[in-house]
Amino acid sequence: MSTTASPPLGRRLDTRAAAAGRNYLNESTSLRSWLLTTDHKRIAWLYLASITFFFFIGSLAALLIRLELITPAGDLVDSDTYNKLFSLHGIIMVWFFLVPSIPTTLGNFLLPLMIGARDVAFPRLNLLSWYIYTLGGLFTLTATLAGGVDTGWTFYTPYSSMFSNTAVVMAATGVFVVGFSSILTGLNFMVTVHKLRAPGLTWFRLPIMVWTLYATSLIMVLATPVLSISLLLIVLERVFGIGIFDPALGGDPLLFQHLFWFYSHPAVYIMILPGMGVVSEIIPCFARRPLFGYRAVALASLGIALFGFLVWGHHMFVSGQSLYAGAVFSLFSFLVAVPSAIKVFNWTATLYQGRIHLTGPMLYALSFVGLFTLGGLTGLFLATLALDVHLHDTYFVTAHFHYIMVGGMVTAYFGGLQFWWPKMTGRMYSEIWAVIAAITLFIGFNLTFFPQYLLGIAGMPRRYHSYPEAFQLLHVASSAGAVLLAVGYLLPAIYLPASLRWGRRVDNPWGALGLEWTAADTPPIKHNFHQTPVVTGPPYGYRNDAEPA
Amino acid sequence: MSPQAGVTIQTQFETAAQQREADQLGMWLFLATEALLFGGIFAGYLGYRVLHPETFAAAAAHMKVGLGTLNTAVLLTSSLTVALAHHLVQQGRRRATLVLLGATIALGCAFLAIKALEYTLEFREGLMPLPGLEFRYDGPPPGQMFFNLYYTMTGLHALHLTVAVVMMAVIFVLVWRWRTPDRQARQVEMAGLYWHFVDIVWLFVYPALYLV
Repeated sequence: MSTTASPPLGRRLDTRAAAAGRNYLNESTSLRSWLLTTDHKRIAWLYLASITFFFFIGSLAALLIRLELITPAGDLVDSDTYNKLFSLHGIIMVWFFLVPSIPTTLGNFLLPLMIGARDVAFPRLNLLSWYIYTLGGLFTLTATLAGGVDTGWTFYTPYSSMFSNTAVVMAATGVFVVGFSSILTGLNFMVTVHKLRAPGLTWFRLPIMVWTLYATSLIMVLATPVLSISLLLIVLERVFGIGIFDPALGGDPLLFQHLFWFYSHPAVYIMILPGMGVVSEIIPCFARRPLFGYRAVALASLGIALFGFLVWGHHMFVSGQSLYAGAVFSLFSFLVAVPSAIKVFNWTATLYQGRIHLTGPMLYALSFVGLFTLGGLTGLFLATLALDVHLHDTYFVTAHFHYIMVGGMVTAYFGGLQFWWPKMTGRMYSEIWAVIAAITLFIGFNLTFFPQYLLGIAGMPRRYHSYPEAFQLLHVASSAGAVLLAVGYLLPAIYLPASLRWGRRVDNPWGALGLEWTAADTPPIKHNFHQTPVVTGPPYGYRNDAEPA
Repeated sequence: MSPQAGVTIQTQFETAAQQREADQLGMWLFLATEALLFGGIFAGYLGYRVLHPETFAAAAAHMKVGLGTLNTAVLLTSSLTVALAHHLVQQGRRRATLVLLGATIALGCAFLAIKALEYTLEFREGLMPLPGLEFRYDGPPPGQMFFNLYYTMTGLHALHLTVAVVMMAVIFVLVWRWRTPDRQARQVEMAGLYWHFVDIVWLFVYPALYLV
């Protein structure tokens, strides 16, 4: 964090960790020491394991969906099963992968290290969050085994409350429970950032990763409870017949949509902001330049979090809300693009005149910038009232949010995981395979989802398991892309674990700056630092005149 | 854990003040979350009230305003006792703290008892729209919506108060033992914040449901 010259890339051999020998991983090894740990770094691993499990299940459902859609006829699965597949895919991916993904794994691991703290503010609460997450996951898996749920991840009433004959209560309970895990993590992170920063670490010396985790936590704390109450009302209606959304009693299904999207639109920013944080760490490191426009990027994170609360009505342009409300929500949806664009411009400007190293993590980060931009720009199409009437509930929407969620967040998650993998494990993975995986992911992703934009414009609605033959070519391309995408995801699942066995020991292979690299051992010791670091300068003190590797 | 001036400081903190501030901020954030939880159902209530003003007013006429007002007084008094308990525990006055915590718990239980009495009366009048029960309200259907909201909002509030009472009971025992007075002072403060929050929620529930 000081302003001295960056160490050159590829400084390979570890000097400190190898000598000391003790770190958070080998300090105790029993199963009990893992399941009852309050060490934020170990909790990050607990989450990594659970999240990978759910990512696998969610992906499997997606793969079945794509297989079904290869042919126009609904021949692989019937329509009921298809409904359950996309509901399962959505519920698992949103609440059990995307929302917790970066915050609970990389965030848990890095936040205290990045601010020079020995742990988060409430370590036991942190462990409790993981147990709550696991409990929520068990409910959702039970719902799946009990025949699944067919409401879509959105649980729209009155279908979910009055008509669906599937395991809605069980699934809603799972999401309700996992919400508390999210709230507690957000609360913990916010207090940690406010109260546990190292001496000299002022707000404008914080890495952008910390800013984005803070903005994410703010949304988690303030939006998630509204989802909790909406799901609670559905459960009350189904179990006790207390109909809050029942049209026969003068109830309004639109109320549910308001409550649901009051959470679920900000939740989109829960899912993208941490990705922006990861990219803001990776790009300066591999461009060997300080992040361009640091303050603007930092404040844009908060701007996105705040504006994100004012746009939920753009999901209901055609649901019968007033035109006046529609116009206001449309305006705000355009406005939220401004801080997002500020970030994209600043990442790009950081590259200018940089000494760019196309490592695996950097390729992921650059993919993020491209895919996020495309996803963001198509969001503007959808924010346009008149155009949305045509595009609403088509594959255009599906493609749009997958460009943000998968092209953006999942790519950043993989990039971040590999950027900090050496820090987390002390081992270096195969760089060549990382480059191959990043390129495979980029090509596979675009092949999967770009055709869906075209399908949407042509009028293909989402959530249908059969379609007219005219759409087949694009669907086949999309399904082929999904297979390639799956390969791109499976490769890290092989070479990362392999590095634990065969990877060479490293300390700071990227020559990265930031307290987690410069002030802590690799892997870090139990309470992170031998002595509390003192911060004297701004972050990202990279210089592009340092010797290349 | 390292002792510093009689205060137990957990590893992640440097000073007792930092630890205390972290606890406070954590509690306030938790209350913010809770406020949004109730905010969702209040938003629903207000929306429906605007949609069906007269039906809601007619249904609200069946509320037991007397019991509701009595409960408001009970709860406000408990806020006073919990504030006094916090004041006294900081001065290290164990016995006085115990008396006031006991009074707080008793008032909380009194509120729940009165609420239960209200529910019983409504059950007898056939105003409970639950499956298997006869619902004898003769107004138009949105009237039933009012009762649905009434039971949901007061039920959610009563659930929170029950949690608060249990929390106070645990802290009563801890103050009784008086092992680490500085920690008990923090615990009374944190539980007190939660208690006040539950009271404030009632101050919105009461006019919305009883006084319309």
